[in-house]
Amino acid sequence: MSLDKEKIKHVAKLARISVNEAKVDSLTKDLNSIFKFIEQLNELDTNKVEPLTSILNQSLRSRKDEINDGKIREKVLKNSPKDSEEFFVVPKVVE
Amino acid sequence: MSDITNQSLNQIIKRIKTKEISSTDLTKAYIKNIEGAKKLNAFVTTTFDYALDKAKQFDNKPNFDQLLPGIPLAVKDLFCTENFKTTAGSNILNNFVPSYESTVTKNLWDNGSFLLGKLNCDEFAMGSSNETSYFGNVINPVGDQLVPGGSSGGSSSALAADLTPATIGTDTGGSIRQPASFTGTVGLKPTYGLCSRWGIVAFASSLDQAGPMTKDITDCAIMLEAMSGFDEKDSTSINKKKENYSKNLKDNIKGLKIGIPKEYRVDNMPKEIDELWEKGKKILKDLGVELIDISLPHTKYALPTYYIVAPAEASSNLARYDGVRYGFRSEKGKDLIEMYENTRSEGFGDEVKRRILIGTYVLSSGYYDAYYLKAQKVRQLIKRDFDDNFTKVDAILTPSTPSSAFKIGEKTNDPVSMYLNDIFTVPTNLAGLPALSLPAGLDKQGLPLGLQLIGKPLDEQKILNIGYAFEKNCEFKNEIKKWWS
Repeated sequence: MSLDKEKIKHVAKLARISVNEAKVDSLTKDLNSIFKFIEQLNELDTNKVEPLTSILNQSLRSRKDEINDGKIREKVLKNSPKDSEEFFVVPKVVE
Repeated sequence: MSDITNQSLNQIIKRIKTKEISSTDLTKAYIKNIEGAKKLNAFVTTTFDYALDKAKQFDNKPNFDQLLPGIPLAVKDLFCTENFKTTAGSNILNNFVPSYESTVTKNLWDNGSFLLGKLNCDEFAMGSSNETSYFGNVINPVGDQLVPGGSSGGSSSALAADLTPATIGTDTGGSIRQPASFTGTVGLKPTYGLCSRWGIVAFASSLDQAGPMTKDITDCAIMLEAMSGFDEKDSTSINKKKENYSKNLKDNIKGLKIGIPKEYRVDNMPKEIDELWEKGKKILKDLGVELIDISLPHTKYALPTYYIVAPAEASSNLARYDGVRYGFRSEKGKDLIEMYENTRSEGFGDEVKRRILIGTYVLSSGYYDAYYLKAQKVRQLIKRDFDDNFTKVDAILTPSTPSSAFKIGEKTNDPVSMYLNDIFTVPTNLAGLPALSLPAGLDKQGLPLGLQLIGKPLDEQKILNIGYAFEKNCEFKNEIKKWWS
């Protein structure tokens, strides 16, 4: 199947990436050639194959739900583009 | 005295131990090289003052029992380094200074080494030529018009140009082995789970693995020993006893069985790659190895599978870059959603955007089964190919790449032709297996070519041993003229 421009715009919206018309054109071309390549997989009958979800022969470990660090607010906020008092600051979301 | 920096890591360690050279003088020698090699654009950040300070501390109170005594090391800029900027080659992280250290770099420092600088790489490790970095192309020391491979292109370039005695990279689909092959150096992607992923900027979590890039096999064993090990902070880290890869290195490989997969002879493969493979087979045969023809029938489906699985995981991992908690934030946009969209549009480069969109699409409602689930099923078949054959052979020998280093700009307009570079390296990431690229010869233009040894899970020692014996009998010599200085 081929990806049209509307689909690309929709997916970009889902991914929260703004795209202009010129970008949509080049993405349409690139993504269609990539999907043409990917769709070779349709040659294979995989009806009886179990999907591989982990390559490790072990299940994921669990640990006790305990606080093992904390009191690092300054470190956590250090890299934020904008913060105030003890909070991250973002553009207004409620009227 | 001959130039210390063109020696291998293990030779340098010997000279440090015999006090022929101090850590300070060694560090100064690398700084001089780095300052003279700006044309290669291998470094994003240098940490010279810090390195000289650490070297001085070592010289004042040396501990020669460590694996990496007083050794300065530059690492790929995908490893978080505490208090030193970590960019992942992206504008979106161009001002990010981690408040923590990645486990693998911490392991290196705990073994006596210290940070010399951070090496350029493809943006978020997405690329095969180091042409997607926000910080510009890296040049291959082998030739001024050539790419160094990718995504660990700064690492391969710096290593081959004597700007670091050894280095580490990450490999999601070939990002250690392909650049190693393009620069005539050794690169190892370990078994998935052997080296901790904690503190590495994530690309595709079920495929990413850190590993050493070095001048020879002995160095590779030393670096792997230093960086690997169980880590509670990585839920996929394998809990097992630490191995002494360097001490256990041996060159007697007589009687081992090595598989030669017929599917790795692809259409349009240059004759030279085939000849190199033949040369490799002969060297191993002369060492008493039994060569066995094998079949890995799903090989051709590995790359299409990878281009579903890796972007899907990337689209999820890269959702965290929202301009709120760290990194770049766009000033444009009238509300929160527009801030997100503009931040991500201005912060990510073209290749990263392409992959996020592919990933978002294959995971979206109505397409999940057709793409993502299908890819997971084919991934099972690819893994099964290897499982079936590893009951018959100890290791598998293939070429590392379908060509030698290509020219800058040669493949940037055609994403699929760029992706095809990883055709021989991607299957092992999908199957989680260890694989080693070792320099094996030069093509008719004099450019290095590599061969790949694939091992069973956690069988790094065996492929290192085969590589060690191979290296002694291959007579490969990387003659790089220092045209840049």
